[in-house]
Parts: sequence; structure tokens; C-alpha cells
Amino acid sequence: MSAVMITRKVTRKWEKLPGKNTFCCDGRVMMARQKGVFYLTLFLIVGTCSLFFAFECPYLAVHLSPAIPVFAVLLFVFVVAMLLRTSFSDPGVLPRALPEEANFIEMEIEAANGNVMAGQRPPPRIKNVQINNQIVKLKYCYTCKIFRPPRASHCSICDNCVDRFDHHCPWVGNCVGKRNYRYFYLFTLSLSLLTIYIFAFNIVHVVLRSVDSGFMNTLKETPGTVLEVLVCFFTLWSVVGLTGFHTYLISLNQTTNEDIKGSWSGKNRVQNPYSHKNFIKNCCEVLCGPTYPSVLDRRGVMLEDSTRPTPSDASAASTYKSTNPVSQTTKSSAPLIPNEHTPEEAKPSIGAGTQKSTSSPKEEKPPSPTSPNAVAPAVIKESAH
Amino acid sequence: MSSPFHNLQELRHSASLANKVFIQRDYTDGTVCKFQTKFPSELDSRIERTLFEDTVKTLNNYYAEAEKIGGQSYLEGCLACLTVYLIFLCIETRYEKVLKKISRYIQEQNEKVYAPRGLLITDPIERGMRVIEISVYEDRGSSGSSSGSSTTSSSGR
Repeated sequence: MSAVMITRKVTRKWEKLPGKNTFCCDGRVMMARQKGVFYLTLFLIVGTCSLFFAFECPYLAVHLSPAIPVFAVLLFVFVVAMLLRTSFSDPGVLPRALPEEANFIEMEIEAANGNVMAGQRPPPRIKNVQINNQIVKLKYCYTCKIFRPPRASHCSICDNCVDRFDHHCPWVGNCVGKRNYRYFYLFTLSLSLLTIYIFAFNIVHVVLRSVDSGFMNTLKETPGTVLEVLVCFFTLWSVVGLTGFHTYLISLNQTTNEDIKGSWSGKNRVQNPYSHKNFIKNCCEVLCGPTYPSVLDRRGVMLEDSTRPTPSDASAASTYKSTNPVSQTTKSSAPLIPNEHTPEEAKPSIGAGTQKSTSSPKEEKPPSPTSPNAVAPAVIKESAH
Repeated sequence: MSSPFHNLQELRHSASLANKVFIQRDYTDGTVCKFQTKFPSELDSRIERTLFEDTVKTLNNYYAEAEKIGGQSYLEGCLACLTVYLIFLCIETRYEKVLKKISRYIQEQNEKVYAPRGLLITDPIERGMRVIEISVYEDRGSSGSSSGSSTTSSSGR
């Protein structure tokens, strides 16, 4: 094999990934595009805790116990770590189908549908599978060109199919899915504890100090207290509520997405086939289950040698050769049937669980056989910042 | 049909890709990673059914081992939580260890079983753990692609 001369810097696979994610640190960090609310979250947490350490902790350490600030520091570190872990990790994105796989699925669908009369709408692309004696429908994703695995859903904000899709959380600036759900839950839980902790000790501090110097003087001496109490008061209701809601979901082994769509509720609906019907088992599976690997391989190196005339075709190893003619088969490449929105997909999404599962027809592109990995219509250059 | 290929090197140099067969996931047990063992018709003339089924069943067992929820996964989860998940910077998770085993197994199967028959298995992790992609190669010398002509849908739902 002739040596490959790489005349420019190494291209990593994250640079060619379709979807609307931003990548940092050369592919190590993966987030959604809109990060404004995430910075706000970080600012609120770090800001409030800084005020707490500056104003309350010296007094409480001396008058009550030095364990108070120590515990606060540990809790703060845990909260920030969980937030960063949730925000920066791959939520469980399913890569889009390469052209051969997409064609294979199209052939299967056509074979299953038989002859569609001209002018008639082809039937919706749905596969029925039986899971634990319940029939579950798998929908076809027109953007990713795959039949979505059970519990996966397409996030329209990130433009990716995510496995065990929960919701897209703007506060963490990322989707919440199979791989980062437990970090998200631990983040909300520890944030609830931190908020309650700071709120409680603010009150204690104000009370203790007022006994000595009076209420108004206390507020003048520690102006941060007022701000902290305000932030904590409003955060408390939302975060504690959210933690409670997710605890309820975990105990039933449901996702926010399923809860919003009402997949498992109602008399005539299917019962949740993933639940173990045991609260402890459900919690253990979600929180203590195996740590799933990312299937995206963001930091893998892409070998692009457009100058080498390679006679052999793409080997099954991880090298990607962009000039190889991949489909030499005699099977007719099925024209990708234009998308039809199924009626239920047109429903507007509600609240935080925004997801859209079908793509619009404007994403139609002829499958190019020369680049097996450039499935996306456009190469999205993710600017590392 | 008898194949002139003896190893992976020969395959890459003298063969041309004729077709790709995709083994789909089997969701009957839930969301665990498991592939259908149904023998695709495109491979009928290329490999014995038992060999193929053995490969897929072994892969399924590996994945089941990786995703098993039991004592070891709880320990790993709790320990990781206590160290704020920093421990994963130092040690490998159980899943990653099993994935390495799978990768070695697939390579071994390719070398011993599939390449001599003009086939090549792609590790499912490179396809998002959605499919096992089996590439079917034809000898460059032979005209036409006999295995490419069949377009019947192979793997059932």
C-alpha cells in the first residue's frame, strides 16, 4: 500500500458530522447550538454560591460549624460536575444511515408496500415489533433514513435521532437521552439539595445575625443575602418540582417524551413494555445501568486521499476512502420517495420536549456514491470556540 | 460457489464489492442490543447457515454481557458517582472492555471464516449499533455479479 501524504491537518470525524451540534476541544465536547441559557444556568449557580461563600460562610463557620461551608463546597462541586457532564456529553445520538444502508431499507419498504397506484399517497413507514408481548410501532426517520429504535426520537433542535430521547433541555444546552439521563437527574437532584441548603442557611444566618445586630443592619452588612434568597426561592419551586417529576418517571421507567405523548397511558393504549413493574428495579436500571459508549466516534481520524486511484473498494475497517465507487451493484438504486408527513407528526410539540420526527422535503438530495460518509446535504463546519 | 480468496489481503486487492447485506436489530427483548439470527437469502450460496448463526449468537451474547444489570454494574455506577465520574478518566468501563472483545472476535471471524468465502463483517459500532453490515465480494475476474442480482428483502421484521 502506498504511503498517504497528508498535506494538511488531520480531519476528525466530528467535523463532518451532520446535525446542528457544536463541538469544542477538538471533538471532546458536544453541545447544541444555542448555549445562551446554559451560560445563564452556570452563571446563576456559580454566582449564587460565590455570594454564599463570601457573605454567609465566614459567619456560619465561626458561629455554628466549619462543616457547613465544607459540605457546601462538596455539593457545589458535584452540581457543577453533573451539569458539565450532562451538557458536554453525547446524549446517545444515532448516526445517520450511510447510502447503502438507506437504499437497503428503501428496497425493503418498497417490497413490503407492493405497487402503489400513481397519485396515491404511499402508506406511512412504520414497522411493528413485539416487545415483551406488546406491539410497539417503530417510525421511519426521513432525515436520518433509518427506522428509529424503540424509545428513540428525532430532536429538531439538534437535528439528530437520539436513543431513549427524554427531552431537549435548553438549561443544559443539550439533549437528554440514554447516555446522559442519569447525570441530568443527579444534576437536578443535587441542585435541589444545594438550593434548599443555601436557602436554609441564609435564613439561619439572617436570624442569628439579627439577634445580635438587628434585621436592617444585617441586610446592610450582607447584601448578598437578599439576592441569594430571591434566586433560591424561585429556583426551588422549579428545580424541586422537576426532580420530583423525573423521580416519578424513573420509577415507572418512562421518558419525558413518552409521558408528554401519552404513549403508555390510557385504557386502549399499550402498557409500558420496558417497565419492570418494580420501583427499585426501574430506578436501578436507569441510574445504575451500564455506561453506554458513544457510537459517534467524534475524535476518529478521517483519511481523505482524493489523489490516490484506489482499485479496491472500501474495506470493512475504519478507513473511509472518499473516491471509492461504492455501489457497483446491479440492483436499481431506488429513488428516495419524497417525504409525506404522517398526520401525527404534524402535531406541534409542547414545552421542553420539543422533537420532530420527520424531515421536510427540502432535505432531498441524490445519494452520491462517491463519498460513503458524506450523507449530510451540507458539510456543517463546526467552529470550535 | 468456491471462492479463490484465502485471506483478507487478497480480498482487498483482487475483489470488488458486489453487494452489502444488513442484519437488523431484534427488539423482541426490549432495547438491549441484539441482532436477528434470521439467515439472509443473499448469503445462501456463500456461507453455511450454522456458521452465520453462530457468529450472530456469539455477538448477541457479548452484547448481553456488556449490558447486564447486576452486581458489577451497580458497583461501577456507585463508585463512579462517588468520584463524580472522574474515575472514568482512568479506568475503562465494562462496556468498553466488552466492545474490545467484540472487535477482536469480529476480526478473528473475518480472517478465519468470512474472508475465505469472500465476505467481510463490519463491526456494528461503526454503524451506530443498528446493523451488522456484511460486504459481499466478487472475484474481479468473474463477469457480472451473481449475488447482486437478488433484491428480495432478506431480513424479516
